[in-house]
Amino acid sequence: MKGWMGKLKVFSLLGFLALALAGCGKENLTALVPKGYGAHTSMKLIILTTIIMTFVFLVVMIVYVIVLLRFRAKKGQEDYIPKQVEGHIGLETVWTIIPIILLIIIAVPTTIATFKLADDSDAKDHINVEVTGNQFWWHFNYDDEKVQTSQDLYIPTGKKVYLHMKSSDVIHSFWVPAIAGKMDVNAENTNTMYLKADEEGVYWGKCAEFCGDSHSLMDFKVIAVSPDKYEKWVKDMKSFDPDQKPETAAAQEGKDLFKEKNCMGCHAIGSSPIQTAPNLTDFGNRSKLAGVKEPTKENIMQWIQDPESMKPGNKMTGKYPAVSKDEAEKLAEYLMQLKPSDVTPESVSE
Amino acid sequence: MSVTATQKRGLGSAIWDYLTTVDHKKIAHLYLAGGGLFFILGGIEALLIRIQLMKPENDFVSAGLYNEIITMHGTTMIFLAAMPLLLGLMNAAMPLQIGARDVAFPFLNSLGFWLFMLGGILLNCSWFMGGAPDAGWTAYAPLSTTSPGHGVDFYILGLQIAGAGTLMGGINFLVTIINMRAPGMTYMRMPLFTWTTFITSILILFAFPALTIGLFLLMFERLFGAAFFDVSLGGNAIIWQHLFWIFGHPEVYILILPCFGVFSDVFSTFSRKRLFGYTAMVFSTIVIAFLGFMVWAHHMFTVGLGPVANTIFSVATMAIAVPTGVKIFNWLATLWGGRITVNSAMLWSLAFIPSFTIGGMTGVMVATVAADYQYHDTYFVIAHFHYVIVGGTVFGIFAGLHYWWPKMFGRILNEALGKTAFWLFFIGFHLTFFIQHFLGLMGMPRRYWVFLEDQGLDTGNLISSIGAFFMAAGVIIFFINIIYTAAKGEKVSGDPYDGRTLEWSIASPPPHYNFKQLPLVRGLDPLWIEKMEGNGKMTPAEPLGDIHMPNNSFIPFMISFGLFIAGFGFIYHNDNMIGTIAMFGGMAIALLSMLTRSVKDDLGYHISKEELEKEAE
Repeated sequence: MKGWMGKLKVFSLLGFLALALAGCGKENLTALVPKGYGAHTSMKLIILTTIIMTFVFLVVMIVYVIVLLRFRAKKGQEDYIPKQVEGHIGLETVWTIIPIILLIIIAVPTTIATFKLADDSDAKDHINVEVTGNQFWWHFNYDDEKVQTSQDLYIPTGKKVYLHMKSSDVIHSFWVPAIAGKMDVNAENTNTMYLKADEEGVYWGKCAEFCGDSHSLMDFKVIAVSPDKYEKWVKDMKSFDPDQKPETAAAQEGKDLFKEKNCMGCHAIGSSPIQTAPNLTDFGNRSKLAGVKEPTKENIMQWIQDPESMKPGNKMTGKYPAVSKDEAEKLAEYLMQLKPSDVTPESVSE
Repeated sequence: MSVTATQKRGLGSAIWDYLTTVDHKKIAHLYLAGGGLFFILGGIEALLIRIQLMKPENDFVSAGLYNEIITMHGTTMIFLAAMPLLLGLMNAAMPLQIGARDVAFPFLNSLGFWLFMLGGILLNCSWFMGGAPDAGWTAYAPLSTTSPGHGVDFYILGLQIAGAGTLMGGINFLVTIINMRAPGMTYMRMPLFTWTTFITSILILFAFPALTIGLFLLMFERLFGAAFFDVSLGGNAIIWQHLFWIFGHPEVYILILPCFGVFSDVFSTFSRKRLFGYTAMVFSTIVIAFLGFMVWAHHMFTVGLGPVANTIFSVATMAIAVPTGVKIFNWLATLWGGRITVNSAMLWSLAFIPSFTIGGMTGVMVATVAADYQYHDTYFVIAHFHYVIVGGTVFGIFAGLHYWWPKMFGRILNEALGKTAFWLFFIGFHLTFFIQHFLGLMGMPRRYWVFLEDQGLDTGNLISSIGAFFMAAGVIIFFINIIYTAAKGEKVSGDPYDGRTLEWSIASPPPHYNFKQLPLVRGLDPLWIEKMEGNGKMTPAEPLGDIHMPNNSFIPFMISFGLFIAGFGFIYHNDNMIGTIAMFGGMAIALLSMLTRSVKDDLGYHISKEELEKEAE
């Protein structure tokens, strides 16, 4: 019947479509264009297994197509009774042994890679960051450097950065597909993984463990900069004085409002142990508002007035007195000028 | 005969008949109807998901509602659609395949069904009572323990009740197959579907208790103030993941193994050949089931169990590919040299081979732990398990329905409609899920209510959504086929396919006692052996005599109904007095019904030899 050839065509067409239309995805997000040590390790195994599995699939399909072409019932065969074969020890042994060999070919590099990725014996010689997952944002504490920030994680290129991850509420999962595979962020133990980025860039990070209403909006960024820039960023962050006077009058009013509305009860600016809500020290430099929105003034104002409309289920809604439009604008003015460093996402992205 | 008889007796008595029946064939109808209903519900939920993800940042449903929909889609499809549909096929075919007059515990069989049905209804009542569960079908703590409202409570109680029904079904089938095989039906002469039913029942027996325990812990935590999973009180949330997957992974094999049995029987029948490597097929099934208990932590590679645990579970998982590969090649070898008839049952079975092979390939890929760090919890995994569960289980259910429909109802499903439904579903299936492998690797995690613009995910999601509508069209045509067949379908004899196994040696639909005289089995494919030796029918193993049959009973429904009421009671007992009353009242109904069953002797009845002789005329 024509259907069978049709089916094969559908298959190959689908595969082709998938690749041609979608490409490999967005650079610095997709795992298919790896730009870090972990992602390279995974990608090598992805390629190896894909090749082996495609080979297996082809063998199955060749036999399958032959069977369907040769052994369909033909006219005049109504009474034909095929030979009743019980089995064949030789053949059955072959299709037991060959898969075992193929699996060994996969299992050995898998084991090696898994142990390499889990090896954290040299952590103390490298940069260590405490990562806290929260519904629905990420906090980063560079404990040795005494620098805290949220949502944008700065790392130097070509160096291992160890992340010690823990959750403050439900389980999250830290995933920067272009740099490394994911690791869950649990409440009961600290999980350790490392990032090592090849080149400068702003990499998309995502929460990969279902964590509630705004799970899909819990994005963050990893900003990989040259080691020199990284040093500068750390220095700028450390030397930032939260009490310095903003340049414009509106921003100054915003700064007062920040105190008045008790925003600082949850949001720290500057180095601080407070991590009830995102640390806003470098808010003006953030590539996105709340992880996903463009950081325009209008969006920031909307966020301040009604965060629920942007991130359902967030913990900010209802925790502070009402903010008028005018007040929101001043707060936005203040927050947008918080730019402690000239090492910013823009400075590396284009 | 039974169908026309019930029609004559009127709708009321037909409903009463089905409420009280203990006949495995009617319970099969109930399972198929109940499972079919929930399959439609789960399908609608799937369509809502795909509509929401048709374009970036869509606002078709809100975040909270979306989470309820995905949770209910998974829970419904696994527990309330796939499993009961399989239990329906098992009930319909397995006792006939071993030459039994019913299952070992007909009463328990009925109880199992009503527990499943009322558990499923309880779970779905949540939609109308303040919102469905929203913590995912895996209900990971602490998301599930802290989820506000009663949604997750409905999940716990609904699944607890439905799960008890499934456990009973499993035990029942085990005892049936061990004790009730016809004379001469040794283990190594059982049809593959019976074998896989047997092994699946063992899996149910050992896997479901883990779920039961997990659900009890969750129930005590949410409703009675315990703190098993609360880290701040010294609990451990990861324990839930272990319990869930110790159940959850064997569950995957509970879903797929019976279908392997269906395909084995279908391939063998329609290529007119004995199953190639029967012994290897049986043992590979056993090996898969055994290894199925050893691999649960591959669902937890990113939890942080450490490289030793991860690689052990990784290699154990890969090992499952070996017996599965043996099966694929043995099926191909069964077809090789045969005289292949391609009808709807065969189309679904043939389509299974490439689809499931892809699912198996990606199975090895996700078992590769260091690569799984990328796949895990993304659309790659979604694609993988839909290739296995749809390409395996759903294809198997459709194949089994087409194959045994004439046996169950005496009418054969329409071929033209059957093939149309198949092609729409098959094309839709690959359109929907193939692209999702790439979406996952391109950075789309699962359970995402929205995906953002300009992340290269738009086209793939659109293709995927279009495919879902093809699948829906296929399912609609299949249901039209059922209605058409019921009204105008072609009536067929007891053996429409030149069958090989015992179910084809009796009338379609079978009389309620199945076998007037138990058949004597002389080898694998007993009916085929008799045909080849020119007898054409089975030799009886006993003289014609009285047949002992069980009485119908309303008690199973009452027990289940009591637990159903008590379920609401447990959920609401902290809120108000009515809840507490329902809790105690429901338990009272259930326990008193059990007591009635225990103290009232029910000896069944006999169909006399004379009646049987008269019926033959």
